[in-house]
Amino acid sequence: MSKLPNQLTIIQALSGLQQRKFTSVELTRAYLKRIAQVDKKIKAFITITADYALKQAQKADNIYQKNPEKIKAYPLLGIPVSVKDLFSTKGILTTAGSNILKNYTPSYDATVIKRLKDAGAVILGKTNLDAFAHGSSTEASDFFTTLNPWDQTRLPGGSSGGSAASVSADETIFSVGTETAGSIRQPAAWCGIVGLKPTYGRVSRYGVIAMASSTDSPGPMCKTTKDASYVLQVLAGRDKYDSTTSHQPVPDYLTSLNKSIKGLKIGYAPEYFSENVQNEVKEAVQAALKTLEELGAEIKEVSLFDPKYAVAVYTILQRAEVSSNLARYDGIRFGHSVLWDKNYAAKNIWEVFEKTRAEGFGEEAKKRIMLGTYVLSAGYYDQYYLKAQKVRTLIIKDFERAFGDIDLIVGPTSPSVALPVGAREKNPMFGEMEDILVEPSTIAGLPGINIPCGFYDNLPIGMQIFGPQFSEGKILQVAHAYEQETKWHKRKPKL
Amino acid sequence: MKLSKSQVLHITNLARIELTENEITRLQSLLSETLEYIDILNKLDLKNIVPTSQITGLENVWREDRIGETQTLTQNEVLSNAPQKENGYFKVPLVIAK
Repeated sequence: MSKLPNQLTIIQALSGLQQRKFTSVELTRAYLKRIAQVDKKIKAFITITADYALKQAQKADNIYQKNPEKIKAYPLLGIPVSVKDLFSTKGILTTAGSNILKNYTPSYDATVIKRLKDAGAVILGKTNLDAFAHGSSTEASDFFTTLNPWDQTRLPGGSSGGSAASVSADETIFSVGTETAGSIRQPAAWCGIVGLKPTYGRVSRYGVIAMASSTDSPGPMCKTTKDASYVLQVLAGRDKYDSTTSHQPVPDYLTSLNKSIKGLKIGYAPEYFSENVQNEVKEAVQAALKTLEELGAEIKEVSLFDPKYAVAVYTILQRAEVSSNLARYDGIRFGHSVLWDKNYAAKNIWEVFEKTRAEGFGEEAKKRIMLGTYVLSAGYYDQYYLKAQKVRTLIIKDFERAFGDIDLIVGPTSPSVALPVGAREKNPMFGEMEDILVEPSTIAGLPGINIPCGFYDNLPIGMQIFGPQFSEGKILQVAHAYEQETKWHKRKPKL
Repeated sequence: MKLSKSQVLHITNLARIELTENEITRLQSLLSETLEYIDILNKLDLKNIVPTSQITGLENVWREDRIGETQTLTQNEVLSNAPQKENGYFKVPLVIAK
């Protein structure tokens, strides 16, 4: 191998495993060694499941060695993966990055986890995130902040910051994250990796600790577009445990990958290249559009609804849904509770709720619950929540109109490159402003990808490509064509 | 639009979270700032617009009303994270006052 084992992609690793160049145990050991070396610098992991991973790797090796005819049934056989600590993993601590769950061990696997395990993947551990996925920097984790592998004075983005950092630092071959408004794409941009947010309903949310149920979307975070296609193939599809999953059949994402992009119509909106976007970011994305044109795509200007409306809509809807979803943390059935102290004399059950939640939730969770409760409360529902739902309709229709004569839209993923640690302190709308360019598509339930498209001051710049519902195939096709032409993904952080 | 302290206290009661005085003051201004930003929605004409509550287009997804073995957790599994339990029940303090 010319590459260190932990720098392989999924496709390369599968090839190496199948050709017996190395075993899954050797591969897993290489990743665990890398984690031991660098995670003290970037702190991507909350829990590292070394023994469990090696056991899974051994099981995979048994199949490679003794039952090679079964290999085809396991598309990710022996491939190490890191998992955002928002996915329930049976028997493995799952915290959602929050103190209120720091002692919680689920008794079941999320569907995403089940599919990864059924495919033979090896779970290395759980990665750090903003608590309950409330954030865009991973600073809102109740435990610690993850740092950007490219520059440890900077943030990895969020909320899937730990996942993005672990992939970028080669601590894992790939990861799975979730996005509600940029949480896959934005950290992917700041860490220089591929992050795919599928269409809402394409991948099951069962077992994902709920944040905003009408927008949460689990998705792959990988080193290349081919890897992302491969993982999406494993994760996508209807799930009987999640009735919001789509009944649409899952296409073959890999066969469309190498098709030429000649004739595809790609739009860009001036509203997404405003003065609030860093100049170097704009230039990199504009250069990328030129590259796509050279590859045969037709580039057209389109006009889109100003994204600032999407921020307001998202702020209301997300906080409303959060206030509802976080009501379950009541100290009775799981998680932190005043009742863990057997001598605690509660006057009544309300006191248990009020004190448990006061102790267990971080500031960001409390803020969001409070705002959500307010906008749903009697007398304010129409003024805020109902209004936001109506504007949501306008945003959806705006995209339908735009996609009437273009296939996909390209733009910057984030208004800037990775920001320094401490950026979020002063601004209550920090997360929303960082995610302004990706919120409109998430509200409309659209799929989108981030791929690296340049660097500024050795910090990655990300470009997003998004499209109508279920256009993942086309998005991956365009992303792949660009990636193969430019190879930004070959550059690695020095750790 | 500045939230009053009594409004904030009303919300903490609805949300069942006990806040310190400092937290209440802090949240008062943070929430007010956020509400101000949201006001831009008032610039839009929303006459005759139907609200969207979900974007899947799905309606009533049914399943058979039957319990399958793979769908259920055992009682022990369900109680495994509970702080207080007794005889297979979650144990809670007084709910209804005498």
